[in-house]
Amino acid sequence: MSQVFLGMPAHAPADVRALHGTQPFPAAARTALADSQLRRNLGAATATIRGKRAAAVAEVDDWEQLRFAGQQIKAATMARLDEHLIRLEQAVTERGGTVHWARDAAEANRIVTELVKAAGADEVVKVKSMATQEIGLNEALAEAGIAAWETDLAELIVQLGHDTPSHILVPAIHRNRAEVREIFLREMPGVDPDLADDPRELAMAARTHLRRKFLTAQVAVSGANFAVADTGTLVVVESEGNGRMCLTLPPTLITVMGIEKVVPSWADLEVYLQLLPRSSTGERMNPYTSTWSGVTAGDGPQEFHLILLDNGRTAVLADDVGREALHCIRCSACLNVCPVYERTGGHAYGSVYPGPIGAVLTPLLTGVLDNPTLPYASTLCGACFDACPVRIDIPSLLVHLRARSTELRAERRLVPTSEAVAMTVASWVMSKPRLFAWATRAARLGRLIARRGRIRSLPPPLSAWTATRDAPEPPTSTFREWWLNGKERS
Amino acid sequence: MTTGSARDEVLARIRHALSASPTEPIEPVRGYRRTGQYSPGAPQLLDRLTERLTDYRAAVHAATPRTLVSVLEAALDGTRRVLVPPGLPAEWIPASAVIDDGGMSPAELDAVDAVLTACTAAAADTGTIVVDASPDQGRRAITLIPDRHVCVVRAAQVVQTVPELLSRVDPHKPLTFISGPSATSDIELRRVEGVHGPRTLIVVLLSD
Amino acid sequence: MRIALFITCLSDALFPRAGQATTALLERLGHEVVFPPAQTCCGQMHINTGYQREALRLVEHHADVFADADVIVAPSASCVGSVRHQHATVARRFGRPELADRSAAVAAKTYELCEFLVDVLGVTDVGAYFPHRVTYHPTCHSLRLLRVDDKPLRLLRQVRGLDLKQLPDADQCCGFGGTFALKNAETSSAMLADKMANVLSTRAEVLTAADASCLMHIGGGLTRLSAGSRTLHIAEILAATDTADGRPTR
Repeated sequence: MSQVFLGMPAHAPADVRALHGTQPFPAAARTALADSQLRRNLGAATATIRGKRAAAVAEVDDWEQLRFAGQQIKAATMARLDEHLIRLEQAVTERGGTVHWARDAAEANRIVTELVKAAGADEVVKVKSMATQEIGLNEALAEAGIAAWETDLAELIVQLGHDTPSHILVPAIHRNRAEVREIFLREMPGVDPDLADDPRELAMAARTHLRRKFLTAQVAVSGANFAVADTGTLVVVESEGNGRMCLTLPPTLITVMGIEKVVPSWADLEVYLQLLPRSSTGERMNPYTSTWSGVTAGDGPQEFHLILLDNGRTAVLADDVGREALHCIRCSACLNVCPVYERTGGHAYGSVYPGPIGAVLTPLLTGVLDNPTLPYASTLCGACFDACPVRIDIPSLLVHLRARSTELRAERRLVPTSEAVAMTVASWVMSKPRLFAWATRAARLGRLIARRGRIRSLPPPLSAWTATRDAPEPPTSTFREWWLNGKERS
Repeated sequence: MTTGSARDEVLARIRHALSASPTEPIEPVRGYRRTGQYSPGAPQLLDRLTERLTDYRAAVHAATPRTLVSVLEAALDGTRRVLVPPGLPAEWIPASAVIDDGGMSPAELDAVDAVLTACTAAAADTGTIVVDASPDQGRRAITLIPDRHVCVVRAAQVVQTVPELLSRVDPHKPLTFISGPSATSDIELRRVEGVHGPRTLIVVLLSD
Repeated sequence: MRIALFITCLSDALFPRAGQATTALLERLGHEVVFPPAQTCCGQMHINTGYQREALRLVEHHADVFADADVIVAPSASCVGSVRHQHATVARRFGRPELADRSAAVAAKTYELCEFLVDVLGVTDVGAYFPHRVTYHPTCHSLRLLRVDDKPLRLLRQVRGLDLKQLPDADQCCGFGGTFALKNAETSSAMLADKMANVLSTRAEVLTAADASCLMHIGGGLTRLSAGSRTLHIAEILAATDTADGRPTR
């Protein structure tokens, strides 16, 4: 890894594929929008989860106070992130764990690979983790000849389907039961050929399939939802019990955690363990939450490694507006309420972090010029902010990143886009009242192409509008003309 | 070894990132409810815990010290091999039960039908029970692999809120927070109970 | 009360009737309406498209034009939202704290029409008559930026003759989003399709809202399909009265 200055916050490297889509959002969205099965799967699933979340949140009369506390604890943590990480490292080490630091994805993957090899294993079981997806750990392990088995049901569906996740919480949200059945019949060794498409039966097939892996695995790899600096306690929140299996049975446990996941004190969990389940699955509490501090003699893994991952997070922290995105607890409530996500699904975002939070977090991690279309993948409708359990002002972050994008283009003296030219001209005209009045009057020329009160076709770039929508016929006089002419009926 | 330098590098990056626009950490305002309206063990809490555990497909049976043995027998009905942790109160232990000595492998635990344990604390608002690997609860694997978990909750252990629950557990112990049996919503967001963890969770609520 | 009208560039150039109706309504309620003619555009489109430096001069111009106004009313939740939640931020971004203060002062006396009627004037019955079946779309910025809540509905419920129909999934965005409608035209159209389906399911003759921009979007879709419902700014409904010939004024 080449570095120019020691200690300069760094973006995630360009070769981190899970953060770099292969095409711009509008193009990827076009493909998704045309997939009617995907549209209906997503529409049904997001409507279901929205209803569940609304009911679970309505039960809590101090929800807004919890949100404020959740926001403030994260902000206070980020302001002293270095100190909290050092305390976490110390507490984990004192309790028999080993702490590693990784500047980027490649370094984290290298550390995990070496640890798995040192344990003498050629396979690992995995708990669902956004951090390990972000760094492409499974692919890196495969290159080293190590098989990684995803054990979360949705991740298993994605892995067996040779697919990529499309949602933070429910990675296979784009698949319906019939598709899951087909994947299992095709890819799951020894599966009952009479398998039905009932979700219960499909879940039982996964249980049977993974049972042997759990009982024999020597190494598990997990992420972490939270890590408490005071006590050195790691926290994994889950539903199925696959997490407990991985965290408890294999003799070696490796946890990869983004540096922003640390919280200062045990009492901070009382906020997040209320906010997270209700926001993510719409449950009062998820079925299982596991916590551990280092190793416990005679119980669970006897070797524990914690890898603290940067991979662009320090660059996010360096953006004094954007750093709020590091408060995200990965609940995915913003995805479920987003009208754009509901229609395009997660793949269109080209990142492991889709939806509204992905549209800010991904370009913040990589640098906005590496993901220039994501901040524009939103109508700024504000539903994400209302749903966010830690009050991340995603619409304002999107607006901020749009500004960063155009400013960076200008700084790097990239050729101004026609849009930039038009915006400059427009702002100049609009700052001069007489010129502006003239321009609005000139819009009346549009009447020449209007028929029966509407315009059906405009030249590019406005043709994007008239492809599906009429444009209004300009009036015979503008408001200001009407006013200045003594408010006569037009 | 590169980890030392990675540590220094990441910490230096953080300090650099924060130095550009330093902010004083503000003490978070904890305006939310930290204690419930009912004291631990209040009848309203037992009702709420029962309702919420049942809502997430756990079975809840009430017991008194006098009825406990028969309630436990019923809860373990149909199981052949029952495992108990080493520190379980002697009067709770069924005649046929095997006491865990820490030596059974995961594969051997897989042949056990049920496990009977105590718990550390429970929260009524969320229907959550915590086990902490104490001698009457056992190492984590024994409440994980057998397909039925019968857990005795003493009334006095039941608090109302999540903050109260967290204040009653020791973060240095390996903790498992259990809210109903294992479940998944990964297929079409339809909740299915019983995946990898115990598919049956029976809570025996023991009042004085 | 002397009310300065912030007409918004869109309404000025393309939808003057919303401004005319706002004027008529406020005058009917006994207030003096003035129109500072130097006003142009709040710069929201620039800000939301990433051109904050270009927007800065519009932010400053807006603060200058409305500095002396007693109270400012606009027939647009979106533009009021920009003045209230974006102008000071833009000023600060470019190291103009004194402008941020002036923008904040203007923002503090700027109101969207419906919130002005209900919160400041304290009226819900504005004496309107509009004998048509109507459904109301709460625009995103009125709902989630200004938090006008049910104020527009309270006004509409008092309109004589008006048959108000609940819009299904009303709080869902129509897909306009300013330049989003051009940059992500297909996604925008997909959202519009669902919004139109909900509007048509009410069998309403008129769809109304507090933003001419969202109405331009939904209305443009409805006329393209000859769908049989039209769009009217809420000011036009609230300004309508029973005249001698029994037909509402527009």
